[in-house]
Amino acid sequence: MTSLPTETTGKKLGLVIDLDTCVGCHACVVNCKEWNTGGYGAPLGDEDAYGADPVGSWLNRIHTFEVTPDNAPAQIVHFPKSCLHCEDAPCVTVCPTGASYKRGEDGIVLVDESMCIGCGLCAWACPYGAREMDPVENIMKKCTLCVDRIYNENIPEVDRVPACVRTCPAQARHFGDLGDPESDVSKLVAERGGMDLMPEQGTRPVNKYLPPRPKTHSNTPLSKQAAPADKASGGFLGWLDSALEKL
Amino acid sequence: MHPAVSVIFFTVTSGAGFGFLAMIGLGVPMPESGPGAFLACLVAGGLAVMGLISSTFHLGHPERAWRAISQWRSSWLSREGVCAIITLVLFGFYALFWVFFGERIAPLGILVAIGAAATVFTTSMIYAQLKTVPVWNTWMTPACYLAFSLTSGILFAGAFGHWQSFAGLSVPLLGLVALGCAWLMKLLWWQNGGRATLEAMGSDTGTATGLGFLGTVRLLEKPHSGQNYLTKEMVHRIGRKHAAKLRIISLVLGAALPLALCLLAMFATGAASQFLLVLAVFGLIAGLFAERWLFFAEARHAVSLYY
Repeated sequence: MTSLPTETTGKKLGLVIDLDTCVGCHACVVNCKEWNTGGYGAPLGDEDAYGADPVGSWLNRIHTFEVTPDNAPAQIVHFPKSCLHCEDAPCVTVCPTGASYKRGEDGIVLVDESMCIGCGLCAWACPYGAREMDPVENIMKKCTLCVDRIYNENIPEVDRVPACVRTCPAQARHFGDLGDPESDVSKLVAERGGMDLMPEQGTRPVNKYLPPRPKTHSNTPLSKQAAPADKASGGFLGWLDSALEKL
Repeated sequence: MHPAVSVIFFTVTSGAGFGFLAMIGLGVPMPESGPGAFLACLVAGGLAVMGLISSTFHLGHPERAWRAISQWRSSWLSREGVCAIITLVLFGFYALFWVFFGERIAPLGILVAIGAAATVFTTSMIYAQLKTVPVWNTWMTPACYLAFSLTSGILFAGAFGHWQSFAGLSVPLLGLVALGCAWLMKLLWWQNGGRATLEAMGSDTGTATGLGFLGTVRLLEKPHSGQNYLTKEMVHRIGRKHAAKLRIISLVLGAALPLALCLLAMFATGAASQFLLVLAVFGLIAGLFAERWLFFAEARHAVSLYY
């Protein structure tokens, strides 16, 4: 059924991504590809993988943005982007076959690959670019929140989180139940002012992004900070300065 | 958006086919029965079916297309499939009685016309429902699709039919009025398209990243050096290069030429008038291909804010 679930447990599994600590190393991207090419569903296909013009399906990608405030130097923000498992997921309701669905028990948005006809309408309906057509299997691929890891009792408990979360060396990615206000992720969102992407699209994303912490800015203008000092005063440096001056 | 040839062909031909079906269903005078009736049914049904078959060419798994009729409760694409099948089955029965027994069952014809309108409407809603593409997300999109479908239908019915007038209006005059209304609607759509931008909806790279509160946001580095599905499908820019020229081509072939031919046909009679309407149909369809190319190529998708 591609209607959104009417009966839910209130559980909303999702990710919290810290834009302050993400270093843009792409480890989550690579580990996502590695896990999901061998786990749930068909492999994540690539075309011309070792050639001049490689194209493939990935479930997680990192963009890098430059933000320029009015009165301060520009800063770089690395921006990982994957499915936000929206509560009002437009990708689910447009699906003509029932392949695209949102689970009532934990809110994960999934694609039943054996039902997908590869029409691509769900990707059109998603404002975030979270879905990519697999160029080999011709079915729609998307983040599964590693549904084959998080409930998997055959792997150590520490590994029962999405591959991207498990691998992040900066711990910029957090996984948990955003429907429970007492969960660690919910507290983190409350404390750091976690935000929705494109709230004006009305999708109500479950995943939240933590904004970069405010920078401390020196009152001295940059041009002054980098300029050579006029004169060293006293000590060894003072002697060296005057000695070199005399040469 | 990427202008896929299969989808352009589908929306234009099935729009024309269902428009023609509706005109036949509404009872415009046509050949009594036999080969003439068969030819009209073949063209009307053929255009509709050809369009639908063409639409399956852009599917990754056309062999599973039958699954697409299951989700009519929530999906416009599914509703379109259901409406198209019901309409074509009804039309099949209508055509059977007409071609072989020379009997056009009026109530059945009305149902065919309603079904045809519903099919074209559901097709247009596949695009009009998308908040991610603001230029499509307006009531004017279904209005344009319905108007072009009806206009194509009138010209086709004029080209094939044995009729000089319907409800007191001569066929070329009907065509003239329909063409004028449809292209007026399209001009309004284009005018609205200039205003209905992502920015007007309140979306920009600042809201897409949530970083707008910090300052001006600009992409410094793409996630990948090459293309991906998203950039090919939704951040397609090639088609916009010749937008102004294509708009003129669509207006000349699809509006000016058929309008002139309809005007000429008003003063011609019999076969000459019909021949002019046949030419007008060709002009309109060619113009609509250019118009439909632009419909996709000029549309900006929200995901382009990330690239």
